[in-house]
Amino acid sequence: MANPSRIDPRSALIGRFVLYAVLIAAVLFYLMPLVVMLLTSLKSMDDIRAGNLISWPQEVLFGAWGKAWSSACTGVSCDGIGTYFWNSFQITIPAVLISTFLGALNGYVLTKWKFRGSDLFFGMMLFGCFIPFQVVILPMAQTLGWLGLANTTTGLVFVHIVYGMAFTTLFFRNFYIAVPTELVSAAKIDGAGFFTIFWRIILPLSGPIFVVCIIWQFTQVWNDFLFGVVFSGGDTQPITVALNNLVNSSTGVKEYNVDMASAMIAALPTLVVYVLAGKYFVRGLTAGAVKG
Amino acid sequence: MSMSNVSEAVAKPSSKGTEAAVRATSSSPLDWLQRWLPKMVLGPTIISTLIFIYGYVIWTGVLSLTKSRFLPKYDFVGFLQYEKLLDNDRWMVASWNILVFGGLFILVCLALGVLMAILLDQRIRAEGAIRTVFLYPMALSFIVTGTAWKWILNPGLGLEKLMQDWGFDNFQFDWLVNPDMAVYTLVIAAVWQSSGFVMALFLAGLRGVDGSIVKAAQLDGASMPTIYRRIILPHLRPVFFSAFIILSHIAIKSFDLVMALTGGGPGYSTDLPATFMYVTSFSRGQMGLGSASAMMMLAVVLAILIPYLYSELRGKHHG
Amino acid sequence: MSIKLAKKSVLGVALSGLISLGAQAGNVEVLHYWTSGGEAKSAAVLKQLLEKEGHQWKDFAVAGGGGESAMTVLKSRAVSGNPPSAAQIKGLDIKEWADLGFLTQLDAVAESAGWDQLLPGVVSDVMKYDGHYVAVPVNVHRVNWLWANPEIFQSVGVDIPKTWGEFIEVADKIKDAGYVPLAHGGQAWQDATVFEAVVLGEGGAEFYHKAFVEHDQATLTSPKMVEILATFKKLRNYIDSDSAGRDWNIATSMVINGKAAMQIMGDWAKGEFTAAGKKPGTDYLCVAAPGTSNAFTFNIDSFAMFDVKGSGSKEAQADLARLIMEPQFQETFNLNKGSIPARLGMPRANFDSCAHTSMDDFVATSKSGGLVPSMAHGMSTTSAVQGAIYDVVTNYFNSDSLSAEQAADKLARAIKAAI
Repeated sequence: MANPSRIDPRSALIGRFVLYAVLIAAVLFYLMPLVVMLLTSLKSMDDIRAGNLISWPQEVLFGAWGKAWSSACTGVSCDGIGTYFWNSFQITIPAVLISTFLGALNGYVLTKWKFRGSDLFFGMMLFGCFIPFQVVILPMAQTLGWLGLANTTTGLVFVHIVYGMAFTTLFFRNFYIAVPTELVSAAKIDGAGFFTIFWRIILPLSGPIFVVCIIWQFTQVWNDFLFGVVFSGGDTQPITVALNNLVNSSTGVKEYNVDMASAMIAALPTLVVYVLAGKYFVRGLTAGAVKG
Repeated sequence: MSMSNVSEAVAKPSSKGTEAAVRATSSSPLDWLQRWLPKMVLGPTIISTLIFIYGYVIWTGVLSLTKSRFLPKYDFVGFLQYEKLLDNDRWMVASWNILVFGGLFILVCLALGVLMAILLDQRIRAEGAIRTVFLYPMALSFIVTGTAWKWILNPGLGLEKLMQDWGFDNFQFDWLVNPDMAVYTLVIAAVWQSSGFVMALFLAGLRGVDGSIVKAAQLDGASMPTIYRRIILPHLRPVFFSAFIILSHIAIKSFDLVMALTGGGPGYSTDLPATFMYVTSFSRGQMGLGSASAMMMLAVVLAILIPYLYSELRGKHHG
Repeated sequence: MSIKLAKKSVLGVALSGLISLGAQAGNVEVLHYWTSGGEAKSAAVLKQLLEKEGHQWKDFAVAGGGGESAMTVLKSRAVSGNPPSAAQIKGLDIKEWADLGFLTQLDAVAESAGWDQLLPGVVSDVMKYDGHYVAVPVNVHRVNWLWANPEIFQSVGVDIPKTWGEFIEVADKIKDAGYVPLAHGGQAWQDATVFEAVVLGEGGAEFYHKAFVEHDQATLTSPKMVEILATFKKLRNYIDSDSAGRDWNIATSMVINGKAAMQIMGDWAKGEFTAAGKKPGTDYLCVAAPGTSNAFTFNIDSFAMFDVKGSGSKEAQADLARLIMEPQFQETFNLNKGSIPARLGMPRANFDSCAHTSMDDFVATSKSGGLVPSMAHGMSTTSAVQGAIYDVVTNYFNSDSLSAEQAADKLARAIKAAI
C-alpha cells in the first residue's frame, strides 16, 4: 500500500533499510529457541557439559536423533519415540476431522438457522473456551469410566472433540456470519432443505476457514499433554507424553542432546503443517475468520 | 465483497420464489423436520456443553464448599476454603501475577502483532519466509521448547553469557533468576509464542482493507502514518476484538509455560492461578482449596467475557 | 475401614488357597515414573522376572515433577474405576490411598516371605496400613549427603566441614578462592532438601521429628528454629546467582566439573558422577551433611498394590510384590539407582563405598534413633503440609523481605492451616 512516488528517494532507501533491519532482528529473535534446540541435538554430551549452549557443535553428530527415534527409554521399554508417532496420528486425525465438521455444522446453524436462545447458547459456549482444562480432569475421568471409555483412544478422541468444539464453532460462526443471509433465504424459498443448503451453498464457500480450523485444531490436539497423559491407555500414549517421559527423569541422568532431538521430532508434524500451509492459513484468516 | 452488493445480487431470484413460499406455509411432516433439524443438529453440542462445561463447573463449585483433600469427599464446610484461599500468600502472588502477566502479554502481543503486520505489508522480499518464521512458534508447545527457553534466559548459560563472551562485559539479563523480574520472562516466552498468530490476524485484516479508500486519502495528501492511524487501524477493530479474546484465553490457561520455564520460581514468584489450582488440587491433596481457586478464576473470566459478548452479540449486524 | 480390610484379608487367604492349586497367568499394569536410562533399565529387570513367572507386564510410565504427573493420572484412573495393579506411591500417600479403600493387602505374600524379619521397623511402618502390608519397598535413599570435589578442597587447603558452623567458615574460603562453594538448583524441593539438612544438623533428630513429623507449634516457633532459619539463609551467599530453576543434575555437574565445591543432595546424585566416569573416594567424596553423621534422612520408593479384579491379575500382582522384595531385583535396581536395598542382610560386595556407608549408618541410626523420615521427599507428612512448608521455605530463601523470626512464624501458621 505504500506509495513511494512522492517520497524523497534517499529517505525512502533509509526507510527500507530500517524496515529490513527491524524484520531481520525479529526473525533472529523468533528463530533463537529453534536454533538452540537444533545445535544441542547435534552435539555430544561432553560438548554440552563443557557448558556453551549457544555455541556451534565441536563435531556435528546425528547419533542423538537416531537414539531419540528408536532406542531412547520412555518407560520400561527403550524403543524411542518413533512408535508413539503413530499413536498421536490415531488420536489427532479423527479428533480434528470430527470437531471441525461439527464446528462447521454448528456455525451454520448459529448464523443461518437461528432460533430462540441460539445466541445465548453461543455465548455460553464461548465461555467454554476459557475453562482451564485442569478443572475437568476428575469429573471427565468419572464420566469416561461410566461410559466404559476410560483410558482408551476413543475416550481421548471424545474428550478432544468435546473441548475443541467451542473453538471450531467460534471459527465457523464468525466466518459464516459474513456469508450473506440472503443466499440462504433465497435457497430456502426455492425449497432447498437444511442439508442441501449446507452442502450446495455453504460448504463450497468454506474452503479457507476449513484450512484455518484444521491447522488450529491439529496444533492443539497434537501438542496436548494434559488430556493425553490422563485419558490415554499405557500403550496408546501420544507422543507428547512419550517426550515428557524421555525428557523428565526424576532422579536419573539426563542426555540433553537426545532430549532436544526428541523434542524436534515430536514437533515436526506441526512445524511441517505451518511451513507448508502457513500461506493458506493467512489467506483463510483474510477470507473472514477475523471478522466480528 | 461488501454486503450491499451481495444483497442486491440475491434480491432478484427471490421474486420468482413466491410460489415456493406459499408452499412452505402449509405444514407437513417434512416442514416439521425442517423446523426441528437445526435444533437437532445443534443438540449434541448443546448437551455436551451443558454437561461437560456447566455440569463440571457446578461440580467444581460444590467441591469448593467441601473439605475434600486427596479425592472428592462431600463433607460441607461452607466458605472455609475461600477464606483459606484469601489468606494464602501464594494465591495472592498468583492473582497479582496473572494481572501483570496477562495485561502485558496481551498488550505486547497486540502492539507487536500490528507493527509486524504493517511492516510485512510493505511489499517485502521473502515475505512468505519471514511470515512463516513469525508463525512457527504457534506450532510448538512449551513441552517442546521449554528447556531451550530456560537455557536462553538463564544468565549463566544463555543470552547474558553469550553477549559477555562476545565482549559486551556489561550486558546483563538476569530476569529469570530475579524474583521481582522473573514474571516478565514468562511474558517474553509467551509473546514469542503467540505474537506471530496475532500478526497473521492483523495481516489478514490489512489485506482485507479496501485499497481504494487508501488511494483516495493519499490523493487528498494524507501521509502514510496518518492513513494508518485514521483509516486503516479503525477498520481493524473487529480484529482487535478477536485477538483480545484469543489472547486472554491463552493468558488464563497459561500452564505449560510456567511449568517448563520457571516451575513457579524463584520461590513462588511466578506462580499463576492455573498452576496454583493444579498444584493444590493434584499434587498437594487440597482439592477443596484447588476447586475454590478454580471458581475464583472462572468468576474473573466471566467478568471479562460478559462485556465482550454483549458487544459481540449486539453488534452482529455489521459482521 | 478395618472391617473392610479384614474382609479382604479373608478373601485374600481364600483366593491364595485356590491359586496354590494351579498357578494362573495374569496381567499387571504398573504405573511408575522411572523413565530415565538407568531407572528404566532396572525396572526392565523386574519386568523380565515377572514374565519368567508367566505373567504380563503392562507398562504405564508417566514422568515429571517427582511423580506429580503420575499422581494426577493415578487419581483420575482411580476415579474412573480403572486403577492400575501397582503404582509407585511413597510415604504417607500410601496411607491416604489405603484409607480411601483402594489398596489391597499383601499379608499372604509378606508372611510367606517373612517381610517382618527382612525389613527394618521404620520401613515396614511406611508400607503398612492398619497393621497390614499394602505396599512393597524398592529401595532406601539417604537424603542427607554432602557431595564434594576433593580437588577444590585441596587447592583451597580446607577440610570437609563437619558442622554447619564449619561449613560457613570453609565456604567463605572457597568463595574467596573463586569457586562456587555450594552447587544448588533453585527449585522448591531442592531448597527444602537443604533446609531439612540444616534442621537435622543444627537441631538434631529429636527436634527434627518434633518439627516435621509432629508439627509441634512450640518447636516451629522456638528460638532454635529461628537460629536454624538464619543459618539456612546464610547459605544463600554461597550459591551462585544463576541457580533459579536449575535442575539438580546440572548442579551436580558443577561439582563434577570443578566449578563448585559441594552439593547437598540425596544419593541419586551418585548416578551423575558414575555417568561422568568418576570414582567415589578419589574423584568425589560422599559424606553425611554437616552435623548429621549420626543421623539418616530416609526416602523410600515403593509400589502400592491396588485392588484389582480377576484371580489371574491378583496372582500376578502378588508375584510382583514378592519379586520386588527378592534379593535379585533389590540388588540390580539399587546398584543402578545409587540407593541401598530396603531389605537387610543383603550381600554387599557389589556396592561402592558410599553405599556401604549408607548401609552401616542405616542400621546404626535405626538403633540410635537418628533415623528420620525426609520432609522434602514426602516421607514425614502429608503432601498438603509438605507443600505448605515448601512455600514458606522457598519464599524465605529467595526473597529478602522476610526475617528469620517472621519466617518461623509463617512456617508454623502455614503448617497449622494445612493440617
